Amino acid sequence: MYGSTNITEEDARRMNVSDEEPEKLLAFEDRIARGEKIEPGDWMPKEYRRQLLRMIEQHAHSEIVGALPEGTWITRAPNFRRKLALIAKVQDEIGHGQLLYSAAETLGKTREQMLEDLLNGKSKYSNVFNYPAKTWADIAVIGFLVDGAAIVNQVINSKGSYGPYCRALERICYEESFHLKQGHDNVVYLATGTKHQRAILQDAINRWYRPLLHFFGPPDKMSAHSEKLMKWKVKLASNDDMRNQFLDQYVPKILELDITFPDPNLRKNNDGIWEFSDPDWEEFKRVINGGGPCNAERLEVRRYAEEAGRWVRQALLNPQEKYQVPLA
Amino acid sequence: MSSLDPRVNRLDTKKVKDGELHTNSHLITWEVFHQEKRGKQVTHCGIVHASTPEIALVLAKEQFARRGKTTNLWVAKTTDIYTFSSEDEDIFETTPEKTFREPGAYKVRGRIEKFQKENKADV
Ligand SMILES: [Fe+2]
Ligand SMILES: [Fe+2]
Repeated sequence: MYGSTNITEEDARRMNVSDEEPEKLLAFEDRIARGEKIEPGDWMPKEYRRQLLRMIEQHAHSEIVGALPEGTWITRAPNFRRKLALIAKVQDEIGHGQLLYSAAETLGKTREQMLEDLLNGKSKYSNVFNYPAKTWADIAVIGFLVDGAAIVNQVINSKGSYGPYCRALERICYEESFHLKQGHDNVVYLATGTKHQRAILQDAINRWYRPLLHFFGPPDKMSAHSEKLMKWKVKLASNDDMRNQFLDQYVPKILELDITFPDPNLRKNNDGIWEFSDPDWEEFKRVINGGGPCNAERLEVRRYAEEAGRWVRQALLNPQEKYQVPLA
Repeated sequence: MSSLDPRVNRLDTKKVKDGELHTNSHLITWEVFHQEKRGKQVTHCGIVHASTPEIALVLAKEQFARRGKTTNLWVAKTTDIYTFSSEDEDIFETTPEKTFREPGAYKVRGRIEKFQKENKADV
């Protein structure tokens, strides 16, 4: 579903390009300024490679882990058509993970190493997937609003400078539009349904409101900026700008169903900027560091899958085979 | 672990010993090519990792032919594909002198009209 570049203070300090060859760096930056894409065989600064790899890898992990809360409900979908749609969506998300791992591999890290780092906790995935899907209404809200948020981010990232990532995102965004539509359909059916259906939808919105505000990362005033990453078109919009775009697009679509958000301060001011109460950024940090309601379960399920499936992988492997970086 | 997911509760996740990948060898990387319709070109669309070409095709089908139209998929080992170095991109640059290769460079209408006008005057 989603990968974000939340640049920590430490990271911003490490954005050092002083040891790069000035001529090559200049040509590289000129190429990006002209709107040209960077391809895997091209020269690139070490920091560009490192930040992109981290971002794409996190994005890939988010797709794989993101399929877990939704997969929960496949066996309990309310009817056959909803079940087909959910299976298709979950399959798409795993496919997105595959596409993104391939793109990340072109930057020089093997897929096995990325999976290893997901399992040992070294690399992160989107925080939003550390919350549970308690009822069927959660599936509606995830499909509509979590995927909606992911689309805002992914459409912006697809205008970035790295060719393989842009190509993967184009395919992904095309499929995401189905996720969004079926999610909206699902939300509207619940909102226009029985009292109980409206109640579980309202309850799900109440619980997902904060994780959705957290989705785009800390406010700009709290996060370190990196002019370089903007210039290199690795990061293309600030966290606050993306969050505002999301609220602008999706809040009205919930309000028109007579469903509310659990925040008396949520409103659009005269400059077109959405205001909201502090969504508790301490909780955001807590969940990133493993303290969310589902962090342990998500990783435990992934570890189980790796261990239970090991004999199959082992049977297929040829120990003589050398790893080959994909071409594009 | 008690989960909201009944399937997770059915798994014996406690049996997991270390939950690590233990992979010190790799699957083969395959470049995948896709043909949308009869009569269209087959174009590169991405990669898969698989131990045999048959499995590569199955994975490619799941990944690149889930929706829309497909008439065929091809896979080829990445190691079997030869490319130019990206530093050599300039070898493809068309110089202005190569207009003789383009249809727009051949304009004769003016010459014909001039010929016809002079021819008429002669009569
Ligand atoms: Fe996705
Ligand atoms: Fe999605």
